[in-house]
Amino acid sequence: MTTVIEKNQKSGRLEVGTPLLEVKDLHVEFHTRDGVAKAVNGVNYSVAAGETLAVLGESGSGKSVTAQTIMGILDMPPGKISQGQILFRGKDMLAMKEEERRQIRGQKIAMIFQDALSSLNPVMTVGAQLGEMFRVHRGASKKEAREKAIELMERVRIPAARQRVGDYPHQFSGGMRQRIMIAMALSMEPDLIIADEPTTALDVTVQAQVMDLLAELQAEYNMGLILITHDLGVVADVADKIAVMYAGRIVETAPVRDLYANPAHPYTKGLLRSIPRLDQKGQELYAIKGLPPNLLKVPAGCAFNPRCDVATDLCRTEIPALHQVTDKDGKELTGRRSACHLWKETLHG
Amino acid sequence: MAEPILEVKDLVKHYPLTQGILFKKQVGAVKAVDGISFDLMKGETLGIVGESGCGKSTLAKVLMNLERATSGQVLFKGEDISKLTGQALKAVRRNIQMVFQDPYTSLNPRMTVGDIIGEPFEIHPEVAPKGDRRKAVQDLLDVVGLNPEYINRYPHQFSGGQRQRIGIARGLALKPEIIICDEPVSALDVSVQAQVINLLDQLQGEFGLSYMFIAHDLSIVRHISDRVGVMYLGKMVEIGSDEEIYDNATHPYTQALLSAVPVPDPTARETRDRIILTGDIPSPANPPSGCRFRTRCWKAEERCSTEVPLLAVPELLKGPAAHQSACHFAEVRETAAV
Repeated sequence: MTTVIEKNQKSGRLEVGTPLLEVKDLHVEFHTRDGVAKAVNGVNYSVAAGETLAVLGESGSGKSVTAQTIMGILDMPPGKISQGQILFRGKDMLAMKEEERRQIRGQKIAMIFQDALSSLNPVMTVGAQLGEMFRVHRGASKKEAREKAIELMERVRIPAARQRVGDYPHQFSGGMRQRIMIAMALSMEPDLIIADEPTTALDVTVQAQVMDLLAELQAEYNMGLILITHDLGVVADVADKIAVMYAGRIVETAPVRDLYANPAHPYTKGLLRSIPRLDQKGQELYAIKGLPPNLLKVPAGCAFNPRCDVATDLCRTEIPALHQVTDKDGKELTGRRSACHLWKETLHG
Repeated sequence: MAEPILEVKDLVKHYPLTQGILFKKQVGAVKAVDGISFDLMKGETLGIVGESGCGKSTLAKVLMNLERATSGQVLFKGEDISKLTGQALKAVRRNIQMVFQDPYTSLNPRMTVGDIIGEPFEIHPEVAPKGDRRKAVQDLLDVVGLNPEYINRYPHQFSGGQRQRIGIARGLALKPEIIICDEPVSALDVSVQAQVINLLDQLQGEFGLSYMFIAHDLSIVRHISDRVGVMYLGKMVEIGSDEEIYDNATHPYTQALLSAVPVPDPTARETRDRIILTGDIPSPANPPSGCRFRTRCWKAEERCSTEVPLLAVPELLKGPAAHQSACHFAEVRETAAV
């Protein structure tokens, strides 16, 4: 069966490596009764076709707010984009007219959320929800939309799709619901998918199924993928490059292998060290001291300094720039940056 | 070998499914826990792992006597506590306490920290006489690493990790011998999880506690547990020391579970030999006949659908592979999964 998706695939997907999205110096603030919280504070990252960028961070690090800003689903107010650009294939989405953005959002960039049950409409059948995209954006008839919905469900390997197209979200299991979310994101054949903690709510065996499916579809369509997560394990499995966020800033970027083998920021180093390892059984786990900062009262200087083992006076006063990381001989390491005054000491011991 | 402090024998918890409004007729049962036996030794940590819906939280509730067991026994120091009522139950409950998963919802937002941690003393005044309570609560705050001056604060003034410490202090208040931890760190930030794990570890040494540690994060369970039990659909499918389970798993489900865990090491990406299970966990209201895992198992044969495998040490296996496993075809996987 030649599906619509396959036809379009032949008719021109983007080449691997085509720059897709570039976030430039993005600042997002939330104005609250207690003050201004700078949730995103000068974030830069980019993703190309066929590439997986993992954005790693704890709650409050700004990883989800950045994604919501890209999708244009940030609640404004209280949120406010105070500065920055979001370039999608070279055009600044923040400067576009609403109608123009709407053509990109959902069609060119799609998003998968963490909690599939609360993201799906409980009183609409999954078939109707999947078909809605085709009815709205492509002007398909009800019957056509239903066929498309079945096709998509088969694409994400939901068994007996034709029988289940009329079922409601609650009749599916968690893993199946997340597949429906993926199907919905795929329906317009987007160039870029943003997945915000797509498997956090799932069990490990189902998580493996869903991540495999996502990776396979990504490779097939040369999509760019921004994977937002706090799970160091999932990142190691699928990412090409990583951006680590802390208190609204990117503190380190690196290709996946380099980051795990040799982190250049004390926060990344601490996170990796706090994973229980086999040879440390029975010993105390390494723990980063203290707590993630309150965004209303971010510490002066480097936001991580109160929790850092190596912080100096400089770290308490001056915000570190995102330095280009070099090896011992001073050769630049591609894609590696670290926002630490002491990155050399951290990286080279 | 230490003596068992808690012995669980053939524990069953079924939730009846009824039909009709006036004359309720039982049409079936959700078999949440269906015949589980194990011992918890004094001073040890028993980890319980399994997917959601496998009955691990129901097991915790039944052990706490928050839910009545349908049948079976729970022996605390040789005394069956599953059928106790009234004063006798109250007396025994002091010894088994619980730390809950979500520190955001398990603390009453309208009570101060002092009242939350001190509330157990209202029920068991013999532990701390009225005049000493404030002091006792401050001591507990100190033990879990919180500032004793925070006694008059409210839960919303604390972060997630600190709230979990409050929950742990409440669990410790009555000087229990057993603490059941139901996913104690899964709601916390990664950088804070290690702190709470270390605290639990340190408290165990200090007070000689026995833990039952329920979690889905297998690497944390391995770090903290002496023994690990694996549950699937209301049954214990495999139980043994951490080395026996993690390096020499003989039950296919345990092997699949271990291989599905994402490893935080990108160099292992190509070399990993993963078992991707197909399908979802069946409904516990209508579990498959015979072995419950057979619908997702690649080893399943005719025998698996007719004969329920018992949790026992397989006869043919030797060394660390010889531990209790409920599979007809139990054997160690060739390539180590993790």
